[in-house]
Amino acid sequence: MPSDATDAEQQMQPAEQQMTVDRSGDEPVLEVRNLVKHFPLTQGIVFKRTIGQIQAVDDVSFSIRPGETLGLVGESGSGKSTVARTLLRLHEPTGGEAFFQGQDLFTMSNKDMRAARRDIQMIFQDPYSSLNPRMTVGDIIAEPWRIHTGILPRNEQRDRVAELLDLVGLNPDHINRFPHQFSGGQRQRIGVARALAVNPSVIIADEPVSALDVSVQAQVVNLLEDIQAEFGIAFLFIAHDLSVVRHIADRVAVMYLGKIIEIGTEEQIYDRPTHPYTQALLSAAPIADPRRRAASERILLQGDLPSPSNPPSGCRFRTRCWLFNQMKEEDEATGGNRTDKCINEPPELAERDYDHPSACHYPQERHIIETVDRAEVTTPGDDLP
Amino acid sequence: MSAATEAIVLPDSVDVVEPGRANWSLRVGGVLVGLVVVVALVSFVWTPWDPYLVDGTNRLMGPSSSHWLGTDQFGRDVLSRLMVGARTTLYVGIVAVSLAAVGGIPLGIVMGMAPRWLQTVLVRANDLLLAFPALLLAIMFGAVFGASTTTAMVAIGIATIPVFARITRSGTLQVMSTEYVLAARAGGRSAPAVAVRHVLPNVTSLLLVQASVSFAIAALAEAALSFLGFGTAPPIPSWGRMLNEAYSVLAVSPLQALWPGLAIATAVLGFNLLGDGLRDRLDPRLADAR
Repeated sequence: MPSDATDAEQQMQPAEQQMTVDRSGDEPVLEVRNLVKHFPLTQGIVFKRTIGQIQAVDDVSFSIRPGETLGLVGESGSGKSTVARTLLRLHEPTGGEAFFQGQDLFTMSNKDMRAARRDIQMIFQDPYSSLNPRMTVGDIIAEPWRIHTGILPRNEQRDRVAELLDLVGLNPDHINRFPHQFSGGQRQRIGVARALAVNPSVIIADEPVSALDVSVQAQVVNLLEDIQAEFGIAFLFIAHDLSVVRHIADRVAVMYLGKIIEIGTEEQIYDRPTHPYTQALLSAAPIADPRRRAASERILLQGDLPSPSNPPSGCRFRTRCWLFNQMKEEDEATGGNRTDKCINEPPELAERDYDHPSACHYPQERHIIETVDRAEVTTPGDDLP
Repeated sequence: MSAATEAIVLPDSVDVVEPGRANWSLRVGGVLVGLVVVVALVSFVWTPWDPYLVDGTNRLMGPSSSHWLGTDQFGRDVLSRLMVGARTTLYVGIVAVSLAAVGGIPLGIVMGMAPRWLQTVLVRANDLLLAFPALLLAIMFGAVFGASTTTAMVAIGIATIPVFARITRSGTLQVMSTEYVLAARAGGRSAPAVAVRHVLPNVTSLLLVQASVSFAIAALAEAALSFLGFGTAPPIPSWGRMLNEAYSVLAVSPLQALWPGLAIATAVLGFNLLGDGLRDRLDPRLADAR
């Protein structure tokens, strides 16, 4: 945390009292139910015919409690960003509901939506594209106040911008600089300051550190954590990198081809994953320690993500599923037919034999990442040659 | 954090150093355009002779100490007429380009931000107009409303609207795909506000370049129209008109055609070079590379 954060916190307090969200209870601040977003595929210029649907998001449900971080993880093309953008009505949803403060974001009036846009802020992936190059840092951070007039009188905005800059670890004197005068990590901090300007209760961070250097990633993630601890903001943290999410998330949802295939607490997902896709993702995470790396098994996923316009029948993951292939081989030897269920029946996201929901017909707990103490691992006398 | 990463101290800011390389297009273009502008301004307060003064005794004179560039077939001072002609050229250019910008920029922004079906309709219509030559439109206008500087520049301006619309649209599409527009929309900015605050400031450099190039085209078109008799009517000096008048005495006094020709070439080259130089300087795609 920047050392002057306490000053800024005191400034934040009065504004925070205006908030209508009660962050103390266990009521979710944001609850998404059965969100569906299909993009029509069209052909023809004048007379457009719909020739298919890209099922970008298909029946996704989750909830976030006040002050909690939900990590949303998946490969590119799995529909993570579409979830984020649909929540803010940047895309119109095909179906489903999203309750924010008890009201459905998808059916609320434009006036209510305007108010909701104040409480739900977004941080974007590309710090080089998310800041208008022709605006000064001061104007960029003050933009939310220009949209939602009446939050802060104009003559106080400059001081507040300086406070926000300080809060995110930038020099307040740089208020009149332009985005190109900052590094990637600094730009992302400007984006964070812009999101914080209106005291949101939810921040949707769409891969906020994917475009940054690894060393800078940690700084920005730490900043987000500090801010969350300080202001009790709920985060929807989207990433394709499981290690980044582990650092910040309380709960994690793993997406594959438009569906959530496993959801649970950070511990449940990282230490006791039951879905073969989650296990494969975890095994792909790089391990710095060569001995542990040699000891760990890697599950390789074959092929690319299937087209979301024509997803596989039954379980969407079966075309790349190592467990499916393994069972198929075994069944061919023994004459079983376990894989028929995978082909014919889409698995529900439900708790089967384990303590958290997973969308696999044959979930099995599998420990992928060594969580043993680092000291233990590096003790001499390992069985390695 | 390891010692290696700690050693990397990020500077507070990265100061962008302007490149030392000379932008010759910008410089030469600027000088030529500056020359035309200065000459036009000076002509308001001083010309060597009255550009309208007919002197029957001094017709078709070569350059001399009293008439630096000689006189035309009516005995009028060529230099004075050239200087006043620069005014006509700039006047036509400014009005035509302003007209094109005022009509084309909003149209282009709408073409880039409207619903997809409307975009398709507008872009097709614009392409149709783009195919229509400016000179033909000006000749048509001249036939209908009578030949004058005003009809010429209005016609040139209208014919240039689709060019501006198209350039603006391409810039708009680029800006609309950026995350700062997404951020503004997510924050609740209305479409007009996004257009004014985000799209317009980020397409200006593109438009500045286009304006300079269009200025050259307008100057040339005005000269061509005046030469053909559809533009500036006599006796008001216009470079194209002077070229036309010189044409009839080309065999006797070829120098008469040289001066307005040089003037037109200077202005057109100047604005084109300026446009090129501005492109190098302002192109947003090159901005990050610097």
